[in-house]
Amino acid sequence: MTVFKPIETYADQAPDHTYQNSREAILRLPFPYPEDHYMYSMNVEPHVPFGTGALRGQFDIDEHYVSECHHRAQTLAAQPGVHYAALPHMMEAQWDLLELLMESYSRDYPEHFTLEKSGTQWHWINRPLQIDDTFTFGDASTLPMEPMEYITRQAQGEFILLEERDDTLVMGAGMATQRADYSLRFNLGMSFMEFHGPVPKLHEMGILQRALKFLLRLRPGHPVRRTNWSITVNPRLETSAETLPDWAPERTLVTAENAGDLVNLRIELQPLHRLPRSNAVLFPVRTYLVSLKQLAEFAPQWAKRMHRVIRDLDQELVDYKGFTRYRDAMVTWLSQYDDGTPVDESQQ
Amino acid sequence: MNTHNGTLSVRVTRIEQLTPEIKRFTLNDPQGKHLPAFSGGSHVVVVLEEGEKTYRNAYSLMSSPYDSSAYQIAVRRVDTGRGGSRLLHDQVREGALLQILQPANLFPLAKHARQHLFIAGGVGITPVYSQLEELQLKQATFELHLAVRGPEHTALGLELKARYGEKVHLYVQGQAARMDIRGILAARPLGSHVYVCGPDSMIDDTLDSAHALGWTDSHIHYERFVEQGSTGQPFSVTLARQGVTIEVPAEQSLLEAAEQAGYQVPYLCRGGACGYCETEVLEVEGELDHRDDWLSEEDKLGKRKFMPCVSRANCSRLVVDL
Repeated sequence: MTVFKPIETYADQAPDHTYQNSREAILRLPFPYPEDHYMYSMNVEPHVPFGTGALRGQFDIDEHYVSECHHRAQTLAAQPGVHYAALPHMMEAQWDLLELLMESYSRDYPEHFTLEKSGTQWHWINRPLQIDDTFTFGDASTLPMEPMEYITRQAQGEFILLEERDDTLVMGAGMATQRADYSLRFNLGMSFMEFHGPVPKLHEMGILQRALKFLLRLRPGHPVRRTNWSITVNPRLETSAETLPDWAPERTLVTAENAGDLVNLRIELQPLHRLPRSNAVLFPVRTYLVSLKQLAEFAPQWAKRMHRVIRDLDQELVDYKGFTRYRDAMVTWLSQYDDGTPVDESQQ
Repeated sequence: MNTHNGTLSVRVTRIEQLTPEIKRFTLNDPQGKHLPAFSGGSHVVVVLEEGEKTYRNAYSLMSSPYDSSAYQIAVRRVDTGRGGSRLLHDQVREGALLQILQPANLFPLAKHARQHLFIAGGVGITPVYSQLEELQLKQATFELHLAVRGPEHTALGLELKARYGEKVHLYVQGQAARMDIRGILAARPLGSHVYVCGPDSMIDDTLDSAHALGWTDSHIHYERFVEQGSTGQPFSVTLARQGVTIEVPAEQSLLEAAEQAGYQVPYLCRGGACGYCETEVLEVEGELDHRDDWLSEEDKLGKRKFMPCVSRANCSRLVVDL
């Protein structure tokens, strides 16, 4: 049973933030580097339960669940209309999402969540957040807000809904209080090729075309997952394009001495689902932040691998992910954990 | 519900003879649970075993997307077909269990359309059933033009006419004027969306007429049943590293056949997209049937690479580096 930490603060909420990972939280991470070298690939696999860590549930929750929901509420209140948006024709997909999250959470974490259905009358209990609501499925007037906002305020990770139209996927709705440097409002209504426009290499590698074809064939009941990653200074969840002036200057603070404390690996677990009624595609981004120091302390083999990945990473990816200025500092700091021997994940 | 490479078991609870050729099957969960939800235009694949043979026939769901307590499919008996529809008509009785794959949608509605125009012929009406249910609930504007071959084939059309009234236009061969597709399209404002499901000639006629009238492809929709997964003619393949030759049956992919024979082949997406299972072809006498989106045209023509998860072969000899 997941034990939730009391409400922590993230770096975008308080300068003296309290966010920390336990050893257990780190060892259950979906570590994104299968090899010592990293390059983009179609790293997608069937999303079936695996092991006891982050890949066990359909939608993973961990010790930060309550903190993250609290962060979401505060972030939404601070900038209304910036982090949640849904186009009117996505209402059906919103209900699909609500159903999927409620069914998944109550099945995978029955000690925390309960869903009782009696026809269209649904009873939802969320114990960690002390929510106990009854509503009519399909009737938005029986919920305090739109179904997507309602359920994603109670979920870890970001959720983007993509509509299938004209043989492509179009961004139609999103709950994104923890965006990795993009704007939800700017991207809303863009097609798959358009919102991937800024990503380097993908276009010439042909990955986007293949990925789109693959996603258009995604079928209900057959979700797939992939991981992605980035680097963030301080444990800051909200790193949107809109607030870039608040967080980007922190990139200048990193040195080889403080990189362990300041620099966080930002892991994204993305379990993609085709939704049954709306035929929309759900693109969730479950974000995990871990400082290099904590990673090295509790998972030294992963720190060793990360040293090699960051050291040898293609410069275009470094630039796109935004750590050009302090890559060398990170590599220097991480090098103390790399003795040159092969990475052995069973040894940590 | 994860049913990878798996099927759902459903019970046939009702069979109705609707026309001389069409039977409607009502399918329920054997335990009385709800079946997976679906969207208008979806189909299921019914997996039928007959002796050594396995049929995988796709049928549109014609029940309401808003009621997943049962599915309904209509099956037209095709005496010249491979045999799946004959099996369903002649041997499947009420109470029988059928294996189906979870619904998928290759004929979705355009959610932005202000005007939905359906053109259907014969049993091609089946996907439209669930689409109209969806549009009716959303109070969208739609009209249906359905052509059938004679008065004995009107059961489904009359059922829809009873539900939707004047929105349904029924053209009965021998009783009324033929459906004038070009005329129908010409009288609709640009910006309408047209959906066509019926015989090839009807699809071609609709596409040609719409194009000639200046409709863009984004507003023209037709049902296309694309083979999902890898089925086709059986073939043999030699796994060079294992030193064995295995038979790939009609309803399995090379990947599935190798797994069943106890060999572990690396894979990720199982859909011909990720490239993970790309395999070198060491020897080939005959043609490779590439079905993936991963290999370039050059690679496909070169006959040196192969994707075991979806691709097949029509050869007398195939040796791969597995």
